[in-house]
Amino acid sequence: MSVSFPSGDTLVDVSSVDFAYDKRPILSGINLRIPRGKLVAIMGGSGCGKTTLLRLIGGQLRPTGGTITVDGQDLTKLARKDMYALRRRVGMLFQFGALFTDLSVFENVAFPLREHTDLPDDMIRDLVLMKLHAVGLRGAHKLMPNELSGGMARRVALARAVALDPMLIMYDEPFAGLDPISLAVVGQLIRKLNDALGASSIMVTHDVHESLEIVDYIYFLSGGKVVAEGTPDEIRASTDPFVKQFVNAETDGPLPFHFPSGSYRDALMEGRP
Amino acid sequence: MTRILRAIGARTVDGIWRMGFAARFFAAILMRSGTSFARFQLTIREIFSTGVLSLIIILVSGFFVGLVLGLQGYETLQRYGSSDALGILVALSLVRELGPVVAGLLFASRAGSALTAEIGLMKTTEQLKAMDMMAVDPIARVVAPRFWGGVISMPLLAALFSTMGVFGAWFIGVVFIGVDDGAFWSQMQASVDFRYDIVNGVIKSVVFGFAVALIAVFEGYDSAPTAEGVSRAITRTVVNSALAILALDFVLTSFMFRGNG
Ligand SMILES: Nc1ncnc2c1ncn2[C@@H]1O[C@H](COP(=O)(O)OP(=O)(O)OP(=O)(O)O)[C@@H](O)[C@H]1O
Ligand SMILES: [Mg+2]
Repeated sequence: MSVSFPSGDTLVDVSSVDFAYDKRPILSGINLRIPRGKLVAIMGGSGCGKTTLLRLIGGQLRPTGGTITVDGQDLTKLARKDMYALRRRVGMLFQFGALFTDLSVFENVAFPLREHTDLPDDMIRDLVLMKLHAVGLRGAHKLMPNELSGGMARRVALARAVALDPMLIMYDEPFAGLDPISLAVVGQLIRKLNDALGASSIMVTHDVHESLEIVDYIYFLSGGKVVAEGTPDEIRASTDPFVKQFVNAETDGPLPFHFPSGSYRDALMEGRP
Repeated sequence: MTRILRAIGARTVDGIWRMGFAARFFAAILMRSGTSFARFQLTIREIFSTGVLSLIIILVSGFFVGLVLGLQGYETLQRYGSSDALGILVALSLVRELGPVVAGLLFASRAGSALTAEIGLMKTTEQLKAMDMMAVDPIARVVAPRFWGGVISMPLLAALFSTMGVFGAWFIGVVFIGVDDGAFWSQMQASVDFRYDIVNGVIKSVVFGFAVALIAVFEGYDSAPTAEGVSRAITRTVVNSALAILALDFVLTSFMFRGNG
């Protein structure tokens, strides 16, 4: 497959990164780059380490090998204070929303503004309502997180992630639990936010068709490695078996469905899990 | 036999590790307490919620403990014809021992467990990670204000407990049994020493406040991020707080009161 990387200078550079939880390797020798101003998707089967990769880029996990630079700063060398300074310019949508359950929808979105700016209350109010309006939930600003549906909660989390107009936005499965209409709206919104804020975005998703419409570049992850990459057009035209399996949702192919384990037959014979 | 020894050894090592973690955690809380005081309304909120959570149970228990102390104390004292000393007996027991200890135990099971649950759930639902990702330090923003809220509420609650206890004993002793009202109060006033009794009692309640608040926030922060993990952490908070209070009470008492008052 051709590696025709889009030109432009690099915001995030992940170079030969390894990562293991305890002794179990999750990622090995990952290379990827996020150019400034672009929207890049990371795809791969469940449990292949996508969330882990975002955590690494956010500096919440340390790679066991390799380097990650964000905006020219090597994350492994950053002191806590500088890491926090960097993270103020990074927004992240967590896979399960992670809204603060003791704060209302409004206060959740206002949280980063209150913590990091000295804006007057009426300005915060305007900003928060603007962000909530963008995700279609301005009317829900008084609700508490336990009064939201799963899809609504992730939209609020999305509004919170972009509250400070970050330079880098990371979305962990922004489409999970959305109906087709919200899905399309959120897809457009992610694209618009990226372009309007002049931000760069990384989006982890399973939704191949929606992402092919909106992203600039796609990486496929499998078995802890980048197995394929390309622009949407290249991906559509690709003959790579991984890509074809993923795009067409075929059950047979190189992508494993099962968590690594011994032979199922042996397990049945020996009566162990 | 070796297996038993090994299990005991493993548990001991594990326990010491955890104490080490807790000590480091304590240091981290102290070092990142700036926010709790610079934005004191965060701490006030926690004082309010822990304090109010425990208020009813503290007031009611204090009153009942006072009633019982009044009855038992009178029963014993009147054998020696000194039922007038009821006020002293009750006040000293409450101020020196029962106030801090019982209020501490109640505080641990009511507010301490709630603190652990709250922080544990925030961890389970990734709220702490999300906060950290937003460049807001969860120890400074979530843990420290709750810790100081607990530390500040505890002596206030112990004082309320003792006050209610004295009132309960007065109620049963003076109103029902007929101990002399004037003697009850004047003997108490004459014999309870501010420095020796009250300050020592307050010191105890402050120490218990530190212990319970630290255990509660530590167990919450350290809990396994699952429903089961949080429920275990809550149990550990209540059990460890009770043990800590009783052990500390013994140590403090042996330093404070040497029978020369
Ligand atoms: N805290 C942890 N401790 C140990 N192993 C973990 C931990 N978190 C994740 N893992 C393991 O790391 C692997 C990758 O997890 P990750 O959450 O990154 O997957 P993912 O690609 O985001 O999956 P999904 O699409 O289902 O969200 C999984 O096999 C998981 O078992
Ligand atoms: Mg994930």
